[in-house]
Amino acid sequence: MAVTTSTPPQRGADPDVPADAAAAVRAASTGRVASRVFAGLSTGAGVLILVTLAAVAVFLVLEAWPALTASSEDLEAISWFNASSVAAYVGPLVFGTLLASVLALLLAVPVSIGIALFISHYAPRRLAQGLGYLIDLLAAIPSVVYGLWGALWLIGQLDPVFTWLSSTLGFVPLFEGYQAPAKNVLSASVVLAVMILPIITAVSREVFLQTPRLHEEASLALGATRWEMVRMAVLPFGRSGVISAAMLGLGRALGETMAVLMVISPGFLYSFFLLKPGQHQTIAANIASKFPESSGLSVSALIATGLALFVVTFAVNFAARWIIARRAEFSGAN
Amino acid sequence: MTADVAPAGLLADATYRRLPSWAPWGFAGGALVLAFLVLLVAATPGVPGVVALGAALYVLSLSITSRIVEGPRRAADRLATTLVTGSFLLALIPLVSLLLLVLTRGSTSFSWAFLTTDMVGIFGDMTDGGIQHAIVGTLMVTLAAAVISVPIGLLTAIYLVEYGRGPLARAITFLVDVMTGIPSIVAGLFAFALFTLIFGPAYRAGVMGAVALALLMTPVVIRSVEEMLRLVPNELREASYALGVPKWLTIVKVVLRTAAAGIVTGVMLAVARVIGETAPLLLTVGLVTQVNWDLFDGRMATLPVFAYRQYEQGGTGIDRAWAAALTLILIVMLLNLVARLVSRWFAPKGAR
Repeated sequence: MAVTTSTPPQRGADPDVPADAAAAVRAASTGRVASRVFAGLSTGAGVLILVTLAAVAVFLVLEAWPALTASSEDLEAISWFNASSVAAYVGPLVFGTLLASVLALLLAVPVSIGIALFISHYAPRRLAQGLGYLIDLLAAIPSVVYGLWGALWLIGQLDPVFTWLSSTLGFVPLFEGYQAPAKNVLSASVVLAVMILPIITAVSREVFLQTPRLHEEASLALGATRWEMVRMAVLPFGRSGVISAAMLGLGRALGETMAVLMVISPGFLYSFFLLKPGQHQTIAANIASKFPESSGLSVSALIATGLALFVVTFAVNFAARWIIARRAEFSGAN
Repeated sequence: MTADVAPAGLLADATYRRLPSWAPWGFAGGALVLAFLVLLVAATPGVPGVVALGAALYVLSLSITSRIVEGPRRAADRLATTLVTGSFLLALIPLVSLLLLVLTRGSTSFSWAFLTTDMVGIFGDMTDGGIQHAIVGTLMVTLAAAVISVPIGLLTAIYLVEYGRGPLARAITFLVDVMTGIPSIVAGLFAFALFTLIFGPAYRAGVMGAVALALLMTPVVIRSVEEMLRLVPNELREASYALGVPKWLTIVKVVLRTAAAGIVTGVMLAVARVIGETAPLLLTVGLVTQVNWDLFDGRMATLPVFAYRQYEQGGTGIDRAWAAALTLILIVMLLNLVARLVSRWFAPKGAR
């Protein structure tokens, strides 16, 4: 690769000093080789990212394959496997995962939009950044601590609320049959909602801040109140941003393990009884609870459910990023 | 309910009448007092009940008054302000309650002895025991994850900022973003599957957890380093090229050096983000009762898994779980604080 010909040096040499030409050529050529190596290294690292992502899918499929192709007798031999195929087993888990995540999303999105608006348009300018940090602090708390908080404190606080819900709205099947302690899917969703607040808030806030100042000033000049300005200038501008923020939050909620594992009392049903314990379980929490004691085919079956989770979250994140990539230089990682 | 300054002839017009600026505060105070009195008569007043009823009374009374005095548009504006501010305050409830709870419950078992002993020979209701082995394990696994992900993340970010053009760079940028959303448990399964295929199903080691954490950490590192490299002014690069410095040396000596503080901050924040991950470590690294210094052989204890297992065990374990949670939060907050200080102290000064 080294260039040893006497071609005039293009870069890295001083053409006005012919005496040093040979040395300069050598310096330029080693410089060029080093540049080539460095470029190759960094490109390689970039490609490695793509390879890793593909490897995640490939390795999960390889390890899940025995369970995907196993006979129903073999699968039923696993003590906790209450179905005849992986698809039948993962069905209620997917349902539970989606139910918990969508509930969390319903709780978190309105609050997040409110917080984002508060920080971007309502709070005093000088306080806004500090208040933003405060919300970001929620993202820094480890998930196991959320689990402890949810299981040992929040459940007790939610008990009177759920008792009231169940007694006044108990005729609606959704809220029927509450039993203390509140180890039900709604409690888990509340914890999940708190955990996904920061990401939804952060993305929405960025988008709201990008609203063209002229639009805001124009609507204020026309006599709009602050809320009318927000409704007519900020929210329409930020709509797609908020949608993708919500989807990013959904992606986080789908994959969250510890909070659900520690709060919910598991069950494997297609059930809409939000306040009953022992009805739902999520894929991630199910894997975490069964994996340490599993071996052989049961590990393989769990990895197959993990593959389902990977596919669902990948699709959700892909869609969210696709929407967001069309407009803003922002991701949850910065 | 007095009218503000407005042309005399327009006073009758609702558009020009305003509530005084202290009205929201006055209504809030009044609503809280009223809520307290109502609950005093009806039931025993507790803080959550008073605040909830007070908030409802406040929204109702202010909306109605404002609608009568100022008209529907102002009333809607006030309602929106209340809801927006309220949602922010609502988000502070979990934050404050969680931090207070961890501080109070965690400090009962938290002591120097707790930090410097392990769990060998601790069983049943014994209140001794500590987390030395878990702290060592957490630091080792996280450090190993950083050793894997920082070079890859740094080089990828350099590629994206300095070299990347065309579809490959666009694909990498996009997939890095998608990668930030990989569930942590899937990362754990990936590490497990990878090491199972190579070393067999019985293999357990800290490095498995490190690989899982690295998978979660790399996209965060890439994004923050990329951000920092883009902040380096192009004039610096051009000046360096004009002096005849080759591109790679420009990147190493000029670009990276200028962005160094930001990169360190970004890496520390990424570490803070993965140090509390529980699920992947639960699957791969497991838990033991004493310090394991060998990253490549045998299970290791880590703080999050320790906290979870102690919680599961119940009894005196709950206290240990809280104390471990307190330790974990202290580590995370320390990392966050140092990261912010680094970026503040060592940030490159702007043009002078």
